[in-house]
Parts: sequence; structure tokens; C-alpha cells
Amino acid sequence: MSQRDAGWADLMRAAKAGDAEAYERLLRQIAAALRPLVRRGLARAGRSGADIEDVVQEVLLAVHLKRHTWDSTRPFAPWVHAIARYKLVDALRRRDGNFDLPIDEFSEKLAAEEESPSASGRDVERHLATLPTGQRAVVHAVAVEGLSIGDTAGRLKMTAGAVRVALHRGLASLAKTLGQD
Amino acid sequence: MRTYDLGHSLAADQHAAQTSIERKFALAVAVGFAFSAAAFWLTLGPRTDIAAAAVTGRFDLKIVQALLLAATAAALVLRLARPGAGTALQTAMLAGVPVLLAIAVIAELSVVPAAQWQANLVGTNWRICLTAIPLLSLPLLMALLLALRHGAPTSRGAAGAAAGLVAGGLAAALYATHCTDDSPLFVATWYSVAIGAVAVLGAVLGRRLLRW
Repeated sequence: MSQRDAGWADLMRAAKAGDAEAYERLLRQIAAALRPLVRRGLARAGRSGADIEDVVQEVLLAVHLKRHTWDSTRPFAPWVHAIARYKLVDALRRRDGNFDLPIDEFSEKLAAEEESPSASGRDVERHLATLPTGQRAVVHAVAVEGLSIGDTAGRLKMTAGAVRVALHRGLASLAKTLGQD
Repeated sequence: MRTYDLGHSLAADQHAAQTSIERKFALAVAVGFAFSAAAFWLTLGPRTDIAAAAVTGRFDLKIVQALLLAATAAALVLRLARPGAGTALQTAMLAGVPVLLAIAVIAELSVVPAAQWQANLVGTNWRICLTAIPLLSLPLLMALLLALRHGAPTSRGAAGAAAGLVAGGLAAALYATHCTDDSPLFVATWYSVAIGAVAVLGAVLGRRLLRW
């Protein structure tokens, strides 16, 4: 198993034990590794690179919401890879009708790539607007303004528990509506 | 939204599913089977000579085959619910069930005179077999598909079909205690058609319901 896979698996184990910092680092590394892969996938489908970040974000949401399906005794990269492929094919089908990505075309190793802190997508923002007000305010405060759970609770006059619930529900419905687009 | 910011909000969301897919699936099997078994008892019920039948090889074999199908399909579907998990071993084990059935058919053909083949194949109540197995499998299939929504199957149709084989196998095991046709010729024909129909239904439903 590659060194990086072991590193990712360690980060995910730490994340599962409650280390949010390790988890954030892991998500950034996954995003950076996904970009070239998604770019190639979109290019093969004859699509512009404008949607790269939207697909990357959709994969990150799926990784997050389905992280319990990773068996911590198994390699991590194949799991991420399978999710990325599923989400890319799904995104292409949604936009172009029937589309099948040959498996071996998408089988390159997840390559290490520079992080791009300013890369941004449009779909999440657009769907954020369709969320119930409470969830939207919480997701916006935490994601866009970078507030902590506690600060968000103070700002919105909610309990920390209610903020956590709204954040999780908001992210889950974002993932769901993204998939139906 | 910047991916950086999205990552930050994902990291802030500490809510994680506490129950494993295996546990949800096992619960779904238990609940679905309870409904199917109740429906079976209220409608068909086991055959009256079940005590005598239970000591015959043919009767035992059809029960064992149905349960083997359900068990191997369950092992496969649990792999299909996890992205990137290999399925070669589980697929091979599942494929062993029809091989076992084929061996039973060959054995039956070699011990039963040719004049009786057709009678054994047509049996006495294939219509009930084709109706009862799919109907009895429905509560199981729905429970299993609901549990699979907790997973992340990247091949939704295959996962749904495998869930259909689990449901069909368990429903067949129930129905087999009612059915008086024990010949492998009958089982290989009618049980296969009935369970196959459930698998097709599972594939169709799975493609729609297992989206994530």
C-alpha cells in the first residue's frame, strides 16, 4: 500500500476519533488529488473544465456523508476512487443523458497535486439557497464565514446542539439536491 | 462556494452514522423475514407431512439450497454497498449455488427413470410456486433496499438484484416447507424462475431507490 494511502487512512481514523483538524486536512488533500482526475474525466466526455470544482465538491460531500462505509481495515484510496468515479459518471449522465465512462479510462492513480485554496464551484451555492432558512444560515456561517459551532450558535441565538443538527441536515440535503439536479 | 470553505463545514459536522451497514442489513433481514414468515403462516403454512418430509434428502436439499442462495447473496450485497470493495470471492460463492443445483439435477436424472422426468419437472403446484415466492419476498426486499440506502452502492442495479436474491432465497426457503414438489427438476425450473423475477424487480427498484 502506498505511503499516501496509509497517510489518508491514518487521517480518516483520527477524524473518526473526533479530530476535526485531521479531517479537514484529509478533505483538502482529497480535493487536490481529485482535480486532475475530474479534469481528465470531463475532458474525455468532451466537456469543459468549468464544472471541475462542482464535481469535486459533490465527491467531498459524498465522502463525508458516506464515510461510515469505509472499512478502516482496508486501503483508503480505492474507496475514494470508487466514490469519485460514481459521482463523475452521475454528474455527466445528469447533464448529457446517457454516458458511460469506461472503467480503465478512470483508473489512473490519484495523483498528488497542489492545493488550490481559491478554487470554487457554483452548484453548492445555488442549492444552498433552496435550503430551509435555519439550515442555510448555519451552513453559510460555518462554511463561508468560517465560524465555529459555538460562535454560530451565539450569532444565530441557537443552542450548539441545534447548530450541529442543522449543519448536518443542511449538508445532507445539499448532497441530495445536487444529485437530483 | 470555495471548496476550501466546504471542507471546513464538513469538518465541523461531527455527526457520523453509528450503525454499520452489516447491522442495519441484519436488522432488515430479521424484520423482513418476520413479516414474510407471518404472511406465510397465515396463508399457506407448512405441509402436513413435514415431519416425514424433513428426513428425506430431496426436501432438505431444496431448503439448504434456498438458504445458501440467501447467504451468499447477502455476503455479496454487503460488499456491493461499500465503494471500491472487491466482489470476486463473493460472486464466485454465489455462482456455486446454481452449480450445486445443476449437480442435484444430474443426480436426479441418473436415479429417476426417464418416463418420470416430466412429471417431476411439472410437479403439482408450479403456479403457486411462481406466485408465492415473489409475494413472500416483497417485505424482505423492501426492508433490504431501505437498509442498503444506508450504504453507498456504486452499482445500484447489481446491489438491488443481489438484495432480490437474498429476499427470493429466504422466501423460497419458507415456501419450500409448504411445497410438496421436492424433485431438483422442479426446484431448478420453477424456483429459479420465481427467484429470478425477484432479482429483476430488485435491480429495477435498486436503480431508483439506491441513488446517493
